[in-house]
Amino acid sequence: MIPSIPQSKLFKSSFRLYAFIFFTFLMAPLVVVAVFAFNDSLFPSLPWQGFTWGWFFSDAEPKLGLFHDQQLYKSIGTSFLVASFTTILAVSLAVNNAFLFERKTFPGKNILYMLMLLPLVIPGVILGVSILIMSSTIANYFDEVWAIDIEILRPGLALVVVGQFAFITTICTLIVAARLRNFDLSLEEAALNLGATKLQAIRTITIPYLLPAIVGAAVISFFMSFENFNTTLMLVGSDSPLTITLYDRLREGATPVINAVSLLLMLASILLAFANYFLKGKNSSIK
Amino acid sequence: MKTIGTANARTPIKLGLLLLLCPILLWLFLLVILPQLTMLNISLQERVAPRIYEYGFSNFIAFFTEPLYWNTFLRTAIMSIIATILTLIIAFPISYYIAKMLRGRAKGLLFVLCLIPFWVSELVRTYGWMILLRESGVISTFLQYIGLVDGPIEFLYTDATIMLGLVYSSMLFMVVPLTSTLDSLDDSYIEAGYDLGGNGFSVFWHIVVPHAKPAIVSGCIVVFMLTLGNYLTPILLGGKSSLWFTEQIFTQFITRFNWQQGSAFGVLLLSISSLIVWLGLKLSRQSFSKVMS
Repeated sequence: MIPSIPQSKLFKSSFRLYAFIFFTFLMAPLVVVAVFAFNDSLFPSLPWQGFTWGWFFSDAEPKLGLFHDQQLYKSIGTSFLVASFTTILAVSLAVNNAFLFERKTFPGKNILYMLMLLPLVIPGVILGVSILIMSSTIANYFDEVWAIDIEILRPGLALVVVGQFAFITTICTLIVAARLRNFDLSLEEAALNLGATKLQAIRTITIPYLLPAIVGAAVISFFMSFENFNTTLMLVGSDSPLTITLYDRLREGATPVINAVSLLLMLASILLAFANYFLKGKNSSIK
Repeated sequence: MKTIGTANARTPIKLGLLLLLCPILLWLFLLVILPQLTMLNISLQERVAPRIYEYGFSNFIAFFTEPLYWNTFLRTAIMSIIATILTLIIAFPISYYIAKMLRGRAKGLLFVLCLIPFWVSELVRTYGWMILLRESGVISTFLQYIGLVDGPIEFLYTDATIMLGLVYSSMLFMVVPLTSTLDSLDDSYIEAGYDLGGNGFSVFWHIVVPHAKPAIVSGCIVVFMLTLGNYLTPILLGGKSSLWFTEQIFTQFITRFNWQQGSAFGVLLLSISSLIVWLGLKLSRQSFSKVMS
């Protein structure tokens, strides 16, 4: 069962075979998505019609390439916008929360911590729907009582940011708090002894120490926002982020341009994954 | 006098605490708690005349009297449980292989390889399965090519396909906790088990499984929750026959515009999800905070 215990060849090779099948299973969908981005056919299916870069660069219908598809361009921009706002909000609150939970003691702290974890248990669809109901209820109230239409409370990008902010904050808080927990308080005390004010000490000592976790949380947050579907679907208005556009296209009938977008998305995410891995690797205190 | 003195000394600390508390309380109340309460409130309203609502349980009664609704609900719950068990069974040997049988670089490499698919959007992964499994897809064509079947086969839109997709998208949340927990199991315990006359099975059952139990529980809870709340995989791989409960919620809200009924479904889904999490934690005597982080 472990290398130091002698095992039959059959036992070891059956494990190896299982691992091989498992990783084939894991990678197969990703590989086909990538491969079919280069199929010179109108449908992302066999038979193979030959290799083409057309789904990236072609500028004419019916094989309109990704780089000439205005709708896709626009939705990528929308996703970037949403992800940026969500990340700024979520990471700021996460740093705040980390200091609250790691440095302060107050009655009801444990309960507050449990409540903070709550968004992880609420399914994304429910989270989106409940925020939709609440904002619509408030908007309807203003509309009926004061005849004011508050556009920002209607389905649209602002609500999408709010919905994503609601659960991404929890994840970011866990990341930042984990690093703050390992911080050696004597470093801050040393700064105080040397005449720094509390705020100066935090700014010059603690925040730089936290920076890898903050950047890591930002990367995760940006990624989660960019690829979020469930919550977004419920709150989206007329401007759709990339995942919503892709979903609509999938239902209409996919063309390999979706594969092309997916391939770029995959490359970007894997790059992000490596960046994140590298960040963590450099600071071995987090596993 | 003394109490006043301490109160004064405490004031700046209290102010700092208050400043840190405000944002999280606002976030928690406005974005997490209040929406759920509004949903509960709406779910308890029944329509008595156009645009006039009264409090009542009719939306919940409709759920129990309309077979389609509770059948969908039951089906979603049962399939989620099966998917959780299958994920555990498939993930365990891999986690064990990575944590206990591999050494050095291969170990780290395979672990990272496990994580890669989950850096790819769920939409893209599901799309990949659609390309593989559809009538004109890769697997169907391959089977025809090697002569195993005569005509094209449609693998999509069956329960088995939905199950495959669910297990696939849950894998990470099982493999990661299992692998890190198994990695922390000291080899000498396993050796001791053998020294004391145990065989492969008894060592596995009495040493490996008990050690991995916390990870098994937390993995199962997370996988179950995610599966229950999944929307994309059942819709795209199951098509019209998917009958998934989140789809029912979406239909009530967006297509039928029956928010009262939709809210009732939302409350039910949230309740069953919380109930299962709570049961899992009670049975395994673990704390919520520990499992989640």
